[in-house]
Amino acid sequence: MKILVCMKHVPDMESKFKIAADGRWYDGGDLAWRINEYDEYAVEQAVRLKEQLGNSDITVLSIGPERVKEAMKKALAMGCDRGVHVLDDRPSDRDAMAIATIIAAFARGRNFDCIFTGMQSQDRGSGQVGILVGEMLGLPAVSTIVDFSCNGDNRYTVKRELEGGVRAVVEVRGPALFTCQLGLNTPRYPTLPNIMKAKKKELLTVPVTELAGTGNVQDTVQLFFPEKKGGGLLLEGEIPELADKLIAILKEKTTVLA
Amino acid sequence: MNMLLVAEYRQGKVLGNFHELLAFAAQLQGQPSLFIVCDVNAPPAFPGRVYLADVATYKEYDPSSHQKLLLEAVRREGAEMVVFAHSSYGWDLAPRIALALGAAQISEVTAVVDGDCVVPACNSKLRRRVKSLSHTTVVTLQSGAFSAQAPEVGPSTIIPLEIDDATPYTFQGYETAAAGGVDLGKAAVIVSAGRGIGKPENVALVAELAKALKGEYGASRPVVDAQWVEHYRQVGTTGQTVAPKLYMACGISGAIQHLAGMKKSEFVVAVNTDKDAPIGEIADVMVLADLKQFLPVLTEKLRMV
Ligand SMILES: Cc1cc2nc3c(=O)[nH]c(=O)nc-3n(C[C@H](O)[C@H](O)[C@H](O)COP(=O)(O)OP(=O)(O)OC[C@H]3O[C@@H](n4cnc5c(N)ncnc54)[C@H](O)[C@@H]3O)c2cc1C
Repeated sequence: MKILVCMKHVPDMESKFKIAADGRWYDGGDLAWRINEYDEYAVEQAVRLKEQLGNSDITVLSIGPERVKEAMKKALAMGCDRGVHVLDDRPSDRDAMAIATIIAAFARGRNFDCIFTGMQSQDRGSGQVGILVGEMLGLPAVSTIVDFSCNGDNRYTVKRELEGGVRAVVEVRGPALFTCQLGLNTPRYPTLPNIMKAKKKELLTVPVTELAGTGNVQDTVQLFFPEKKGGGLLLEGEIPELADKLIAILKEKTTVLA
Repeated sequence: MNMLLVAEYRQGKVLGNFHELLAFAAQLQGQPSLFIVCDVNAPPAFPGRVYLADVATYKEYDPSSHQKLLLEAVRREGAEMVVFAHSSYGWDLAPRIALALGAAQISEVTAVVDGDCVVPACNSKLRRRVKSLSHTTVVTLQSGAFSAQAPEVGPSTIIPLEIDDATPYTFQGYETAAAGGVDLGKAAVIVSAGRGIGKPENVALVAELAKALKGEYGASRPVVDAQWVEHYRQVGTTGQTVAPKLYMACGISGAIQHLAGMKKSEFVVAVNTDKDAPIGEIADVMVLADLKQFLPVLTEKLRMV
């Protein structure tokens, strides 16, 4: 079976963000980067599917500048077989449609049986790319899965997560695409031997111009910090004092210590 | 502007979230029509055109036929904007409509400013202002961002829709999460553990503090996903919705899906090492501290109160 996993490199969300000079995205300079959380579940599910079926080959694809190779190496160490790095210095200039076009252009004609993506990225959060890729390739695509099983014979039963903890059980026949939700599985930590082995795996770089298609259908005008609503009190200082202050506030403002 | 609002139907019921879509349409002074796949004998009350397809034929979840039906409605209506809730139904169907129409999809809209949509970025730490460049625009609206507005009273014009479709999706039904041991909804105080607790042993810090406050402990999703805490203690869109007298969010960043479950709390205290964590936006008090150091000291002092 041929499996494709799509992955995005995103900043750690606890980072201190700065707005870039053009005012339209964040400044990537001083940030710590990691695999988009939702995509880690996608990588893990791909590796589990290969472990279940044997005789499979997993390609991991990521669009971005040179640094995304670091994240791809982690995916290779988790068990992907080869990496395709689509080299693009400013992927944030492209909207979801443009990104999906690139992925679909790569996947077309390569006959992947199963494609996994995250349900959304932590930074842009559009939640569109996976479904768009499926639609562009004419494959059934199911979003937000929290449970996956392959019943052999190219049939998949997945559970979509709905509001309030309800799940919808859906069956599709492959080839198919799935977007992965938090909690789908527990992503493994790469072991040292696997990290060493990953160094020898193929990591091909493709210039984005070979795959990019039409332009954007939307434009980011501005990225900005939300206005602080005010009212909230910030307590800083030594731990014992903080505790005393908080207790005093709770006594004054709430009835829970009465 | 002609707008098509997409209402949802689940487990035999029309969901109320289309009232938020109505508020959005009113704010933009659009002319709304409604699309829904539901029981044809019980369409929602809506004063205007309702494009109606039969759920008995097209199921509650079938992106293939729902896409075709909705595209038919968009075409007949000449809609310039297709409006979904940013929900499990909306974010699954919207991109399929956007692609077919060559339209921009703007996801999780929280506000409209001078004709541009505002959406969250980076786990709600930032906001992005977005302009559509296409003739038709698809939007999904963040839950709760536009306060629900009941439809005016008036006659509906029902337009039945039918299409032929060989769908590749088989919807097999629903599974409901098993109900759990504690009803967080009843607790006056809830202390919740987020990913910031770092390791499962630290759940005890949160549980102890909850006990000292005579309350219950809850958790954010990653803590539940990691199985450090039972699912019935999860607070948020896919867990419980609570409104206690006091909610303490310990090591929780304040993602919208978590806020959705606790923002009606009377008093919110956040304990976080990151001053910019979005939980600060709704917290009455933000304690800037490492919870591993702060919680035991607070618990100890509370026991002496
Ligand atoms: C469809 C969907 C449904 C979802 N449903 C839910 C839901 O029902 N409930 C839910 O909670 N989430 C839900 N989520 C997930 C949500 O988007 C967030 O990922 C999640 O809420 C983050 O949890 P967190 O705040 O604990 O973790 P993080 O976002 O990782 O935040 C951890 C926080 O801890 C702080 N921290 C770190 N170390 C310390 C320390 N030592 N002391 C103090 N603070 C520290 C950090 O500064 C940070 O702010 C859903 C997501 C999706 C897409």
